[in-house]
Amino acid sequence: MPGRDTIRRTRAEDITLRADDTRQVLTVEGLEVTFKRRQGEIKAVRGVDFSLTAGRTLVLLGESGCGKSVTARAILRLYGRSARLGGSVRLGETELTTLDDTTMSQLRGATIGMVPQDPSGSLDPLRAVGAQIVEVLRRHDVEPDGPKARVIAAGLLERVGIHDSQRVLRSFPFELSGGMRQRIAIAIAIACRPRVLIADEPTTALDVTVQAQVLKLFTELQRDLNMALLLVTHDVGVTRFVGDEVAVMYAGRLVETGPVGQVLDRPGHPYTAGLLDAMPLPGIPRGALRAIPGRPPGSDEHVADDACALAPRCAFANAECSHHRPPLIEVAPGQLAACDVVGGVVPRSTPLEAAHA
Amino acid sequence: MSATTVDLAHAGAATRRPSYLTRLRARPPGVLVGGGIVLLLVLIALLAPVLAPYSATDGAISQRLWNVGTIGHSLGTDGQGRDILSRLIWGARPTLVAGVVPVAIAGILGTLLGIVAGLGRTGVRSGIMRTLDVLYAFPAILLAIAIGAALGPGVNNAIISLSIVLIAPIARVAESEVLRLRAADFMEAARASGASWPTIALRQVVPNIAPALLVYCTSLVGLAIVYAAGLSFLGLGVVPPHPDWGGMLNDLRANLYDRPLLALVPAFAIFIASIAFNVLGDGLKQLFDVHEGSAA
Repeated sequence: MPGRDTIRRTRAEDITLRADDTRQVLTVEGLEVTFKRRQGEIKAVRGVDFSLTAGRTLVLLGESGCGKSVTARAILRLYGRSARLGGSVRLGETELTTLDDTTMSQLRGATIGMVPQDPSGSLDPLRAVGAQIVEVLRRHDVEPDGPKARVIAAGLLERVGIHDSQRVLRSFPFELSGGMRQRIAIAIAIACRPRVLIADEPTTALDVTVQAQVLKLFTELQRDLNMALLLVTHDVGVTRFVGDEVAVMYAGRLVETGPVGQVLDRPGHPYTAGLLDAMPLPGIPRGALRAIPGRPPGSDEHVADDACALAPRCAFANAECSHHRPPLIEVAPGQLAACDVVGGVVPRSTPLEAAHA
Repeated sequence: MSATTVDLAHAGAATRRPSYLTRLRARPPGVLVGGGIVLLLVLIALLAPVLAPYSATDGAISQRLWNVGTIGHSLGTDGQGRDILSRLIWGARPTLVAGVVPVAIAGILGTLLGIVAGLGRTGVRSGIMRTLDVLYAFPAILLAIAIGAALGPGVNNAIISLSIVLIAPIARVAESEVLRLRAADFMEAARASGASWPTIALRQVVPNIAPALLVYCTSLVGLAIVYAAGLSFLGLGVVPPHPDWGGMLNDLRANLYDRPLLALVPAFAIFIASIAFNVLGDGLKQLFDVHEGSAA
């Protein structure tokens, strides 16, 4: 007689994808995330499409408050009932937005792993690192036996570049440095060999040298485990370093998508160009940085559905922009941008030229 | 890269976690003073048969109402000629039981309700907390008397009524601690790694709210002792002739004008026991480093 557990197990296994799968692992179509508040509804994400492919990295790029993290969390349905999801998120053939809670929590941490932003807060302060890794291994039946799971945990720590694994397993999070904690968070996220890894600003809380190490670790792990990686960041440098494709987000929508090199070298949207111009680089004289004026619309501000959300901050905007929302159109092979005015590559002067002009 | 990693590992080794024992030796006088008195009370209660010089229930009418300081009866005798010291020693038992047991029962139930309310949906939380607010609306001692009177006299009934009274405040502290914890990143991280709500409640929530609740419950024991004494004083607690500090206070109250010192003896005992638990609670707060406001 098949018990309830067996039934659940089969269902979760159906969703697990083959390791050699090179198709689109995760497909997001028209994703909308709406929060209900007393003051009314807040539309944090208003229709986002992208897909993740095994072994490839998609970077979600944008300022704070553009809906990047909300998108990442909504994929895992971490908001529970406080958010309403619209559109579709498919893992292989399985629709996640309507999946039952039990199967969903079996997928979390097993098929889809997540690396949190702040490594200091994301580990339980009261439990030793080893216990926290072992717990995940046992929860997802990777290794139900405690002592054996500990051996695997030690191996995972080695895998993320911690060579003193026996001591670290016994340590509590506050005894370790930020970089170490982030490595441990990564070890937990990859413990069950997920097909999809979601990293929400995984290097923001780290200093620059450690950032580079952690990013390098990400690319190594991705190659070895053939994971599809979704990396959320506001850092153009990080995007260039790890990304294959990039999706630029503004006010809950994608404004530009395409291969990283192409988008960052020849942006098709004024917002992408603005992000690039706001990036400090060695050799740029003081005062030459051009910030995008203003700030993204806050959660309490109304964003009209039939206007370009960037219009109030955009140097290229004309009267048409506040009455018509431009769709994503192909501006170069594989590169889409949502701007009618530019309709191609944004004309830019390099910051150095701008400084001399 | 590997060299840097090793360096990081060694940097971590420099910080050693001070054990509770080290901290206990170093600081809080509250734990030592309060804990010392509490320990003494427990020993007195346990060793009552050895320590009590006379019977707690039988007295000689000829020796009634001897004052404090009488040779042979150092704390005097009551209206029925029973040795007050002996009654005080035996009375430590129901006093401690009526102080600790209701807090323990309410602690378990209140924490459970608080966790469910704190983790649950808005509807569940409102349901639990607003129901408890109804209990909270009555003055605690009045509610205890009402429930105690409905159930009738006896130690068990006093414990039941005090347990009910104490659930609401404990659940409220537990809920606010859970809500504070809910915002913690590691709660979301646990969810993102596939943990179910019951697992999170057991693994993350309980250990993290335990210090604050332990501190709060310790000081509640002091309050429960006073309430229990109050119930006994009104005849709703320990049934005579068994000794109990609240009941003794009520007996000796009749002779407050001719023998004022006698009534002061059980009153002082209640005061000391209650203060001791409060001081211990304050000391534990320092020891566990519980932030101000969370346990209030």
